[in-house]
Amino acid sequence: MMIIQIVSIGIVASLLVLLIKEQKPTFALFIVIFTSIIIFFIVMDYVSTVFGLIQSISSRANINDTYLHTILQIIGISYIAEFGAHITRDAGLASVAAKIELAGKLFIIVLAVPIISAVIETIIGFLPQ
Amino acid sequence: MYQDASILFQIAGIGIIVAMIHTILKQMGKEEYAQFASIVGFIIVLLFVINGISDLFQEIKSVFLYRG
Repeated sequence: MMIIQIVSIGIVASLLVLLIKEQKPTFALFIVIFTSIIIFFIVMDYVSTVFGLIQSISSRANINDTYLHTILQIIGISYIAEFGAHITRDAGLASVAAKIELAGKLFIIVLAVPIISAVIETIIGFLPQ
Repeated sequence: MYQDASILFQIAGIGIIVAMIHTILKQMGKEEYAQFASIVGFIIVLLFVINGISDLFQEIKSVFLYRG
């Protein structure tokens, strides 16, 4: 029951943040960042199990490896962009957070360019001349 | 690696102590020393957090972005 541990860490962190915020708001932000990092590291063990499953299924289905790598990279970019955007928004910089999200979406589209072009090539191949 | 949350208490404790030192020094009329103590505490905690962020980025690179 790892979820109980994660929820407890969240509750403890919010109590500590409420305690600290009066005197030192910067330390409160540090606590928020560190809580996110701890929860990420706890979750990551389970994520790698799921990724192993996906990888074994895709290798059994003879799916090209590049597609899987692209999908994993897109997930990574979205996670890190969300992380940065939330922390920036917590610090009160909503406009910077919006820019981080914009950059994340842009990089995801750039990563997806080979897949999109492959789909379009396939569709053009189907068309009768 | 980060399976324990004791570092949260550590950061909160440093924050409380630094706030206390700041208040005491301010009461004694040593404004500049109070400011200095605040900055030192800030830097100590910043070192913790920067280590954590660096670990986080390495982990994300190794798990999600294989070639990164």
